[in-house]
Amino acid sequence: MPLLLYRVDDRLIHGQVVVGWGRPLGIEFIVLVDDEVRASDWEQDLYRMGVPEGVEVRFASVAEAIAALPEWQQDNRRGMLLTADIESMLALRRAHATVQPINLGGLHHRPGRSERLPYLYLSDLELERLQAAGQAGGTITAQDVPTAPAVDVKALA
Amino acid sequence: MSEAPLRGVVAGHGPLAKALVDAAETITGVTGALTAVTNAGCDRALIEERVLQAVGDSPAIIFVDMPTGSCFFAAMQAARATGRIKVVTGVNLAMLVDFVFHRDLAPSEAAERATRTGGAAIRQP
Repeated sequence: MPLLLYRVDDRLIHGQVVVGWGRPLGIEFIVLVDDEVRASDWEQDLYRMGVPEGVEVRFASVAEAIAALPEWQQDNRRGMLLTADIESMLALRRAHATVQPINLGGLHHRPGRSERLPYLYLSDLELERLQAAGQAGGTITAQDVPTAPAVDVKALA
Repeated sequence: MSEAPLRGVVAGHGPLAKALVDAAETITGVTGALTAVTNAGCDRALIEERVLQAVGDSPAIIFVDMPTGSCFFAAMQAARATGRIKVVTGVNLAMLVDFVFHRDLAPSEAAERATRTGGAAIRQP
């Protein structure tokens, strides 16, 4: 079973991820790809507390994830991969065209970003990069929870 | 005993924290002891910033709705950064009502008390 979802969410592991997506998809392992979290045992312990019993969490830097992705994609369990930012996810996509579907689940306001959807704030440059990646192939949609409509990145303005 | 009265910060998803603080103030008549923080519209850094701002310079208890997620993570980061904060998860109205009358305790004592009081309020009558 391949990784079922590649999600960009600046809160990483939280309720929408574990409950909203994790339950309906039957997720059995989560790969959290983030250079800062990878370097902090303390943060990793906190994130482990956020997942139900029986769900494994793995932590990786972007470089480690690029190397290990084929192995995770061949895991016979149902998995989800998370990054906190667009650039990390697009780095994975550039290394592996199989990184899809990409789900834009939650990126919040920062200076330079504007609201595209209530849960999705992007700078013009971020949107441009995402749309270019979408044009190059693969599915990139915005969708905070499975019950909400998915919005193709090409339709965002 | 704690020298300065403890601050109580309630951090929760959506409008939950404000509703709990409003209800606690209505029941006790004590205002200003509790501050609500929502995670709405926040990334991890902004929630932590809001929590730290709500705590200020006082010793504090941060009451969090769930023992996981963005509010919990921000509270734990704040506790780690300051060393004068205790975190209690699974916040309920009973523990908040009790807390506002026991703000002279040390943070660790107040956190223990809140855990007991909140737990005791969960029953099957």
